[in-house]
Amino acid sequence: MRALERKLLRDLWHLRGQAIAIALVVACGVATVVTTRVGYESLRESQAAYYTAYRFADVFVALERAPESLRRALAAIPGVAAVETRVVAEVTLDVPGLAEPATGRLVSIPAPRAPILNDVHLRRGRWIEPGRPDEVIASEAFADANGLEVGDRLGAVLRGRWQRLRIVGIGISPEYVYEIQGTNLFPDNRRFGVLWMSRDALGPAFDLDGAFDDASLQLAPGAREQDVIDRADRLLDRYGGLGAYGRKDQISHSFLSDEIRQNRVFGTIMPAIFLGVAAFLLHIVLARLVATQREQIAVLKAFGYASLDVGLHYLGMALACVIVGSLLGAVLGLWWASAINRMYAEFYRFPVLRYAPSATVVAIGAGVSAAAAIAGALSAVRHVVALPPAEAMRPEPPASFEAGFFESTRAYRRLPASLRMIWRNLARRPARAALSVLGMSLAVAILIVGYYFVDAIDYLGTFQFRSVQREDVTVLFHDPRPARARHELRALPGVLRAEPFRVVPARLRHGHRQRRVALFGIEPGSELRRILDADGRIVPLPREGAVLTAKLAEILAVEPGDELRVEVLEQGRPVRSVRVAGIAEELIGLNAYMDANALHRLMREGDSLSGAFLRVDAAQAAALNTELKRMPAVAGATTRLAALRGFEDTLAKSLDVFTTVLVTFAAVIAAAMVYNAARIALSERGRELASLRVLGFTRGEVSVLLLGEQAILTAAAIPLGFWIGYRLCAALASAYQWEFFRMPLVVSTRTYGFAVVVLVAAALASALAVRRRIDRLDLVAVLKTRE
Amino acid sequence: MDEAVFRARGLSKVYRVGEVEVHALRDVDLELRRGEFVVMLGPSGSGKSTLLNILGGLDVPTSGSVSFLEHDLSGGDDRALTAFRREHVGFVFQFYNLIPSLTARENVALVTEIAANPLDPAEALARVGLGDRIDHFPAQLSGGEQQRVAIARAIAKRPDVLLCDEPTGALDFETGVRVLEVLERTNRELGTTTAVITHNASIAGMADRVIRMRSGRIVEERRNERRLAPAELTW
Repeated sequence: MRALERKLLRDLWHLRGQAIAIALVVACGVATVVTTRVGYESLRESQAAYYTAYRFADVFVALERAPESLRRALAAIPGVAAVETRVVAEVTLDVPGLAEPATGRLVSIPAPRAPILNDVHLRRGRWIEPGRPDEVIASEAFADANGLEVGDRLGAVLRGRWQRLRIVGIGISPEYVYEIQGTNLFPDNRRFGVLWMSRDALGPAFDLDGAFDDASLQLAPGAREQDVIDRADRLLDRYGGLGAYGRKDQISHSFLSDEIRQNRVFGTIMPAIFLGVAAFLLHIVLARLVATQREQIAVLKAFGYASLDVGLHYLGMALACVIVGSLLGAVLGLWWASAINRMYAEFYRFPVLRYAPSATVVAIGAGVSAAAAIAGALSAVRHVVALPPAEAMRPEPPASFEAGFFESTRAYRRLPASLRMIWRNLARRPARAALSVLGMSLAVAILIVGYYFVDAIDYLGTFQFRSVQREDVTVLFHDPRPARARHELRALPGVLRAEPFRVVPARLRHGHRQRRVALFGIEPGSELRRILDADGRIVPLPREGAVLTAKLAEILAVEPGDELRVEVLEQGRPVRSVRVAGIAEELIGLNAYMDANALHRLMREGDSLSGAFLRVDAAQAAALNTELKRMPAVAGATTRLAALRGFEDTLAKSLDVFTTVLVTFAAVIAAAMVYNAARIALSERGRELASLRVLGFTRGEVSVLLLGEQAILTAAAIPLGFWIGYRLCAALASAYQWEFFRMPLVVSTRTYGFAVVVLVAAALASALAVRRRIDRLDLVAVLKTRE
Repeated sequence: MDEAVFRARGLSKVYRVGEVEVHALRDVDLELRRGEFVVMLGPSGSGKSTLLNILGGLDVPTSGSVSFLEHDLSGGDDRALTAFRREHVGFVFQFYNLIPSLTARENVALVTEIAANPLDPAEALARVGLGDRIDHFPAQLSGGEQQRVAIARAIAKRPDVLLCDEPTGALDFETGVRVLEVLERTNRELGTTTAVITHNASIAGMADRVIRMRSGRIVEERRNERRLAPAELTW
């Protein structure tokens, strides 16, 4: 090994504490790059491979009923490559071991097996056999959540007829990678599942023999999706078409694509922060190192080492941190990526969830961090390395202090000498102090962002499940029922209050903008379902007109007072003009609300109801559940608390890994910043502090001088970190304004408090490490050395 | 010993410190001949260090010309000056300037690794009487030993010229004499042109030629009839 390389290793060993701190920050940066890239590529590739192999459709449409002969007309639409017609129906299920009724989505498949769009991948068991109408293939997520296996039986109410279904296979489909019901925020795999069933059994059961109520289309290459959608809509209009939509409005696809996109965004912001901090730390550490080694640099140059050799020598130090950090980061990132992959495997059902960390990904991470490190190191080293050797040979001129404006004030003169020294040190290097504060505030910001997700989703859950939805059970009928159904509901065991509602599928149009939504008719003065504005105040339902959720109003570009065209997609399909009467701040789904009576008038119907919100005596819930599971008219019943629990469980699972890692990373940044800053201060001022010790200062007093500076910087980082954190949360909130749900911008006091605790703990730990060095200052030796 | 290796004509050096101009050298003419042992005397601020730095290619004159054999040293081309130092010059500094993280052998190796025809580091250290301390770090060596490591480092590349800035300045008398003996022996045995600057007039006795400087000018130049051995010097 060459002597210069030995020097490199020994210098690194001497600076090991600081080098390790920097390597850890680099590791965090590389880990975030690796994790997010691997996550991104795993999902994207798994998605692409799955969609191709199992022929995921491009356009989807639900309708009331159309004869099978219409299939040919659909296939004849220019740009359509393949058509699949199906029977799809939602039914109430009685699942063994589940108290509440569950909702099953029955989807028809051919028996015997034939290639179809949205094909089913069998995990275990077998395909359904012809002539056995009770056989079903259950979706894996639903089966796993309920502990169901091949051979198990389920109870189901098919169009009023109680029937036993037998699970013969467990499968998955590209249509339900993310298996979620309608407008739910999170999947509730216990209470919602897909069951694939023979078309021969399902058709007759739903009066759709020789007919279909759902179609999927595959587009030919180069086909324009919107053209196909428009033609399909026109074709299906008289068959009760509910509006065709493309993949981007397909729920599973849309969630999955959002997750993939999110990995990209996250994979850019986080590494940028970590590598920025690493560059800054390398800058200050190397700047200090070259300052202390000024004369060594001069000697190297005097003996004929070129500036380039010397520069590379110091860059080598930065690169050593990067190499160690990258290796560590790669290991950490791969571990984290595999943890996230396991979590993905629970949310997203693929035949194979690829986990293919490539060397390229690691190389990208290492390359980016090396670039950041070199940037940080170069700026520190260039100046000193470029000094002519004769000048480098002379000691650095003493630091120049100037009295600033603050120092002429009376307040300053009242400060004790120790605080004045602290102030001058900070004021002399304002850029460095500012960057230290910025670095630590980024740690605070990362913590806030990490816990913001918890806060926002907490708030979302509370808002939706406690303020908006206040019912215990929501019952939905297959078809609108006459007004007397309300009394039947009231008579059920345990029902304390029943508020009927009417809901119709409708297309709302405003100019060229349009959206398919559920148009709710709610009883005036409803207690169990409230419509709230942005401040949580109840929005009263006017006698006429509709109240839209804010996101829907935004999509349609309407304000209160505007006229909407409402095209109802069932029962005579009336088209009416309705005024926008108000805006509600719901965070989940796209809904439109009307006074139930106004909706009845719009539909030109009597007091019929689609379902009801129930308040239930908890003691009799079990009896009610049993009853609901068997009621032929009931299409589904959802329990609010069960939904809330499912929501919270899913949330905890998905956020645990994420927040743990972020907290660790933020602590690393905070500790690395404080430790390095204090070590450098100690190196610069060791002599001065030893002199003070000789003059009779205690260790404590001397420590205050040095660590007080860090304490002030840390304290300054807190409010700045709050601000940056809040701005980042705001940016995330505005990025997470999806149609399914909107992330509210709420950061709790708990989150702010936690961020401060982590920062202060990291700072204190680092301060203690440096304090031990202050205690060991060698007074005599320090005074002997020549300045 | 007659060929002039260094030729300086009309050398001036002006530093600007804040708003003050410092004339470190004023119109200096000088020649150093091959194998010669020259001592430059002068008080602090007389310009002797500046002159040495310019001769060694560590600094360039503000005006005037200086050359080493066919190398022009006044041009200020960093690449050329670096090559000149690497190939021809050995330096010895008052405060030794060893790399604290490297052992004696490694400090010497630092230079031999980039030299064309160097001595073995162990041999160089043996020459200065440190054959048994080659694996010690600078902090484990006395001041005199450190300075001898510095000399070993300077001579290990077999330089054409050895430039020493106050080599005994930080040492006690006995140690200083030992260091001077090493310089004298190197000059005698290897024929290395040697320039020593000092403000210690006693050292002048061991030189072929003595140059006295004051306020940036050469004020006296004399030749010793007989070079004293370092052991004969006293101060």
